[in-house]
Amino acid sequence: MIVDLLKTTQLTKSFGDTHAVDHVDFTVAAGEVLALIGSNGAGKTTLINLISGLIAPDSGRVDFQGTDITRASIHHKIGLGIARSFQLVNLFDHLSVRDNVALAIFSREGRTRRLLSLADADTGVRDEGAAVLKQFGLDGRADSPAGGLSQGERKLLDVAVAYALRPKLLFLDEPTSGVSTREKAPIMDIITQVVRSGGITAVIVEHDMDVVFTYCPRIIAMHQGTILADGSPEQIRSNAQVTANMLGT
Amino acid sequence: MSAVGAAPRRVLAWSAPVLAALIVLPFLVPPWQTVLLSYGLVLAIAALGFNLLLGYTGLLSFGHSAYFGTGAYAVAFIVKYAKVESMEAFLLGGIVASGLVAALFGVLCVRYTKIFFGILTMALSQVLWSLAFKFFWVTGGSDGLRVPTPTLLGGLVQTGGDKQDFLSRRYYFYVLAVFVLAVAVMWVIVHSPFGKALQAIRDNETRAEFVGVQVWHYRWVAFVISGVFTGLAGALWVPLNGLTTPEILHWTFSGKMVFFTVLGGFQTFFGPIIGAIIFNYLENWAVGYTVYWQMVLGVVLVVLVLALPAGIVGTLRRLLPRPVRAV
Repeated sequence: MIVDLLKTTQLTKSFGDTHAVDHVDFTVAAGEVLALIGSNGAGKTTLINLISGLIAPDSGRVDFQGTDITRASIHHKIGLGIARSFQLVNLFDHLSVRDNVALAIFSREGRTRRLLSLADADTGVRDEGAAVLKQFGLDGRADSPAGGLSQGERKLLDVAVAYALRPKLLFLDEPTSGVSTREKAPIMDIITQVVRSGGITAVIVEHDMDVVFTYCPRIIAMHQGTILADGSPEQIRSNAQVTANMLGT
Repeated sequence: MSAVGAAPRRVLAWSAPVLAALIVLPFLVPPWQTVLLSYGLVLAIAALGFNLLLGYTGLLSFGHSAYFGTGAYAVAFIVKYAKVESMEAFLLGGIVASGLVAALFGVLCVRYTKIFFGILTMALSQVLWSLAFKFFWVTGGSDGLRVPTPTLLGGLVQTGGDKQDFLSRRYYFYVLAVFVLAVAVMWVIVHSPFGKALQAIRDNETRAEFVGVQVWHYRWVAFVISGVFTGLAGALWVPLNGLTTPEILHWTFSGKMVFFTVLGGFQTFFGPIIGAIIFNYLENWAVGYTVYWQMVLGVVLVVLVLALPAGIVGTLRRLLPRPVRAV
């Protein structure tokens, strides 16, 4: 029997009277790169926050590789291989671009506890960090502070930091939000290429379906906290409910 | 920020002449000047510890007098109860005692940030202050406890003779050696993977958590290291002063640490060191100059902080060309 990499069962979260995530059943198979779409307020980010551990669900269950991780700590989930990027870029602004990625590598290897060795002297981490930055096209900016990057570069670095953890499952929360329309496609090109070449299962959250249409063979549409449709881009596009609720707006 | 990416070689290149100057200084200036500088170096060690929290972890402690005082009182208790007068025993005692107090206080404090963290650290330090004040049969109360001239390096260094002579030569070099070691160790810590993790927590706690850094745990370790450095400074300070009194446990002394760290520039590694040494000179000069020394000092410091918001070292860094920005 094939076990899904991730499975949520009746996952629910309310904020007051708002059912942000309403009894959601959702599975991700290993190796998939899928998109989670929906208009603003559909519950996409809340769903990711619940799975990644930023907030706790009211009810329901999350299984990762067949194990219940509903109430596991963020630290534990990262150890299992669940990483995420953020819609509003979350970086270490005063650290260099290189150090942002290096920290993720040190952390993955359980070496951030090391007090008495120089981080920069570790050639293994340095080389790996340089390779990651090259994959994301950020190698020219390695020595800049992360706070000094352009919005597009910051979005890429945000993903690069999560990617450097070498997760099994990577959630990308609107990786192209806040950048110009012209920049969206190149960013998606880089991200999907890196993720696929690394064999990482990824869930890309997006409110603009056109952005993900060409990159993801499976698309899940959310609306008002529930899953409206789940299928290929063609199926989603021809789905009357989706069209009525999202594509028309 | 800080010394990110600074090559150790570059730092050594300019710190070597500074160290050479510090070594020859006692032979060029009057003894009281050397003793005054010893006080400055001791405060600089405290500032190094303090700034691991402020500059690198983003936590403003208003209670570091607790660890300085613990270091100092640990020494006084060693003399009073164990009748030991070895400087190495003093340092060990100061480190262990301040480490234990910081470990305990840290458990409570690191759950909070910003003003809540500051207030809690201050409140806890005031508890120690009141204990030192009230339990006079143990602590000597407001009279404090005397600490005699210690033996250095297990008696290898002669301790007899004139006290001024001892403090301005042998003890100065002892303080200088500990200072250099403390600076080197702290420099490595802030440039280690652990140091990077602290800076990550400072910049973005949520993301640090999502990179796998256990924020509370790291803050606690930083808190303990910070307390130990400050306690070490307290232990070195007592033989200089010859006496420890509750004043060094009072929150106003914590305020001084905040002040000289900001004065020197908390966003740089060497800023707090420079700030501590300059503050010590300023205070000494103001005390000798007028009975209204606190007012004079206050005005001077307000002007300095307004004119140099990035601190002395922070401002210098901006003025210097990029390749020498190792500080």
